[in-house]
Amino acid sequence: MLYLDHAATTVVRPEVREAMAPYLDQHYGNPSGVHRVSQRAKNAIEEARERAAALLGAARPLEVVFTGGGTESDNLAVAGVALAPGRRRGVVTTTTEHEAVLETARFLQRLGCPVAFVGVDRLGRLEPEDVGAAITADTSVVSVMAANNETGVVHPVARIARTVRAADPDVLVHTDAVQAFLAEDVTVADTGADLISLAAHKLGGPKGVGLLYVRDGVELEPVLHGGGQELGRRSGTHNVAGIVGMVAAMEASVADRPAFRARVGGARDAFEVRLGELIEGIERNAPVSARLPQHAHVRIPGVEAETLLIRLDQAGIAAAAGSACQSGAIEMSHVLKAMGMTETEAAGCVRFSFGWVNQPADGPRAAEMVADVVELLR
Amino acid sequence: MKALVAMSGGVDSSVAAALMLEQGHDVVGVTLKQWEGADGAMPVAGCCTVGDAEDARRVAAQLDVPYYVLDYVDEFRSEVVDRFGRSYMEGRTPNPCIECNRTVRFKALLERTHILGCDVLVTGHHARIRHAIDGYRLMTAVDGTKDQSYVLHMLGQEELAQIRLPIGEMTKAEVRERAAAMGLRTAGKPDSQDLCFVGHGDYRTFLREQFPDSARAGRIVDNEGHELGTHRGTVDFTIGQRKGLGIAVGEPRYVIDIEPRTSTVVIGKRRDLEVVGCDVDQVSFVAGSAPAEPEVTVKVRYRSRPVPARLEAVGSRWRVDFATPQLAVAPGQAAVFYRGEEVLGGGIIDATHRAA
Repeated sequence: MLYLDHAATTVVRPEVREAMAPYLDQHYGNPSGVHRVSQRAKNAIEEARERAAALLGAARPLEVVFTGGGTESDNLAVAGVALAPGRRRGVVTTTTEHEAVLETARFLQRLGCPVAFVGVDRLGRLEPEDVGAAITADTSVVSVMAANNETGVVHPVARIARTVRAADPDVLVHTDAVQAFLAEDVTVADTGADLISLAAHKLGGPKGVGLLYVRDGVELEPVLHGGGQELGRRSGTHNVAGIVGMVAAMEASVADRPAFRARVGGARDAFEVRLGELIEGIERNAPVSARLPQHAHVRIPGVEAETLLIRLDQAGIAAAAGSACQSGAIEMSHVLKAMGMTETEAAGCVRFSFGWVNQPADGPRAAEMVADVVELLR
Repeated sequence: MKALVAMSGGVDSSVAAALMLEQGHDVVGVTLKQWEGADGAMPVAGCCTVGDAEDARRVAAQLDVPYYVLDYVDEFRSEVVDRFGRSYMEGRTPNPCIECNRTVRFKALLERTHILGCDVLVTGHHARIRHAIDGYRLMTAVDGTKDQSYVLHMLGQEELAQIRLPIGEMTKAEVRERAAAMGLRTAGKPDSQDLCFVGHGDYRTFLREQFPDSARAGRIVDNEGHELGTHRGTVDFTIGQRKGLGIAVGEPRYVIDIEPRTSTVVIGKRRDLEVVGCDVDQVSFVAGSAPAEPEVTVKVRYRSRPVPARLEAVGSRWRVDFATPQLAVAPGQAAVFYRGEEVLGGGIIDATHRAA
């Protein structure tokens, strides 16, 4: 099996697994207790918090809030700010955000919050001025993803943050960096954001754990109510092993980043070059100058993604298209729709995403295999 | 051989998949997403629901075969549901399962079978295919009470050559036993009764919602045109219906005609329902041509016995003359021709003839 769906989720790194193991059966305590068993667990998450804060360039460890994953982080960031006491209620976001942000924005809209969605161009690019222009006197938070999870297009978050602050210094900036963190430099300074969402499983960490960086002084209305963990910002017993694993995955990702760009980017580039030679009319759906090195999001005219994915699976290649609905059927991607694609164009789009396990030689090999399947279908 | 098994999430298609596997074939399971709510999600009640797809997926996992959900929502809406509504609006009593088989299952999906790298399409229908020296024959199921050959009458030689119906040789009880013996989660699952896109509500509620014209109030008259009452929409009536007319007259009365344009329902006595024959169009024959002998038996409803009749070609249509008058023959339903256990072909009833 040639797994080219690393953007969906990827292999847990061996050092992550190793770091987590003691917290499953040895240091299994609930960090919120009094005794020594709890103290060890508590210490583990606070150490993890310090390390995560260091990686993000946060001013204080407590700016890091551990959550149950990227979706929860996005919910907490957007709804948490828009519903915070004493703040304005408006949200400005983009049409190509992850559903975790889009659906939170729509939820807030139903509650009466003013919400604006900024559009993108044909390659999914965002114009910082368009984001600035969408800000009104009601705007409380702007949420723009650092890189798109489908196409891999990278947004100029730092420029957008500057534009937003120039328009209104009281508006907070959130960025969903779940997809970007692996390959892009994501720190508070790099992004200029007040809130940053991350998820462990995209980095070679476990599923079901994430974090939200929250700049000191930003008040959040919690999304999960309960025992008041994480300074009341995220209730619920800590996923100790998950948090330890997440930070191990972040450290491994940051250490591997320059090599990842060369190695995995090399695989992706070679894949695209060979694919271009073998498949006529194939097109890229993201700008070469601003995209993640691991994504190859392409349109293959005359081929239906639904059929192609099944035939690829039979041939031993795992790839993705659009997003699967609850039943498992592929649905038209809201990202491609926002980029102005017709339903027919979007139905011919497939995402191949490489991961930390890939080597440059995987690229051409994958391209040959994909081209063989496309040949069958054309 | 590589078999594409259409898995509905029911016990029949689960066992069909298991049997193909047992016979040494490669199996790929698929569920068709045919219908969705306004939010794009699959319905939660009825036959093609999230729960059913989940059952199919779990059975496929248990059998360790690949499984996919294929999107046929657009085809299903235009070819099956819209036609169903239009047909009702013409005062007919359509059978959407037949349209689905004709246009989606055994056309779009059958064409797709090869594109998906498979050799044959397998379904859990209760009917049998015989490979005889002179071609393929379609036969009724071993289990007469579950026979579904009526909804498969449109299949021809080309289709039958690419289809397998492995459970047609088994009774329903045997299918359930096999499922239980293999530990399939669908072994005890009740048979689906409703139209898949209608869900728990009845199809009349569905029609009222989707085709508001069918819910226009109108008159109930006798066959001499005397008004006997009013109704809340022709959607509530089917030819031969006796209950729910809201009319109290001595002798039992039945719906004998529906005129949707004027939203009029005509009722009459039992003998007014009797027809001696009907005209059938969209006729196809399994063998590719009509039988030499015009004497056949004909089934005019899914749940009725085949009755003796005589076939005669009239232009592009076929005229069916029943040996004895039949009750409640509804245009829109299929007339399926049999000889013994063999399905000869069939078509859609277009008009009925009453005794002179």
